[in-house]
Amino acid sequence: MFDLTGKTALVTGASGGIGAAIARTLHQAGATVALSGTKVEALEALAAELGSRAVVVPANLSDPEAVEALAKDAEAKLGQVDILVNNAGLTRDGLILRMKDEDWASVIDVNLTAAFRLSRALVKGMMKRRWGRIIGITSIVGVTGNPGQVNYAASKAGMIGMTKALAAEVASRNITANCVAPGFIATAMTDVLPDAQKEKLTAGVPAGRLGTPDEIASAVLYLASTEAGYVTGQTLHVNGGMAMI
Amino acid sequence: MSDIAERVKKIVVEHLGVEEGKVTDTASFIDDLGADSLDTVELVMAFEEEFGIEIPDDAAEKILTVKDAIDFISSKQG
Repeated sequence: MFDLTGKTALVTGASGGIGAAIARTLHQAGATVALSGTKVEALEALAAELGSRAVVVPANLSDPEAVEALAKDAEAKLGQVDILVNNAGLTRDGLILRMKDEDWASVIDVNLTAAFRLSRALVKGMMKRRWGRIIGITSIVGVTGNPGQVNYAASKAGMIGMTKALAAEVASRNITANCVAPGFIATAMTDVLPDAQKEKLTAGVPAGRLGTPDEIASAVLYLASTEAGYVTGQTLHVNGGMAMI
Repeated sequence: MSDIAERVKKIVVEHLGVEEGKVTDTASFIDDLGADSLDTVELVMAFEEEFGIEIPDDAAEKILTVKDAIDFISSKQG
């Protein structure tokens, strides 16, 4: 089950905790993976760890030309891209009263517009081959909202809407588009928080703990699989019951 | 048959999986050859690639038959 042998996948933000777990999981299922991100050393270390069937395709997603170049680079190195995982994302938190235009724009550019550009570039080949998977890593806050994150929440809600429209456009070509929406996940970012804060975070989670990057990666693997071919336009929430939608 | 017409028809046959005989000059992509809206966009993109031209959206909307496509491409290449 969930065998990706012979498939190729491009994962953006692959140097982060969740992105690296997604890349490892898809690779373990047999896929050849292209690792994208800005931290070249971390990407190369991950590629070395994976050994064969892994290539590094660095890109700065805030640059429109670099996004187009990334699509070409990934197709050149993988031969074709069957699975696109739009995972890269950044935060520029602040209350709306204090949020600068550039904080808004940079978050929308990387989290949403880059995902649009990559999807546009790579869906073409998927349509020709009559098989494809486009998976967006959104966030629980794209559905529930969160103070201090109007930009981030907008980008993640935008990704869900984009995914639904895209799913409707390409469903007849055997291409699915879905989102995975993580809740609180234990990454390098949350590791450094004091215990008291961690307790506060988990208090609102019925499962009583933070999620792991592997639990997000497993959801991505399912949506990437041939078995999930009839699932499209959906958002799979992986949040320990924190929000039941 | 001109070279352009031959290449256009070849793309249509390959793309829509229809018999060559059905791809006449007057054949409408949607009404006669069973194309859906996504097929027509894919065809336009295939023409752009094959002939190294750009077909703007307003021109693409007017390409409804095989002949429309041949005429438009010929005008660009002429």
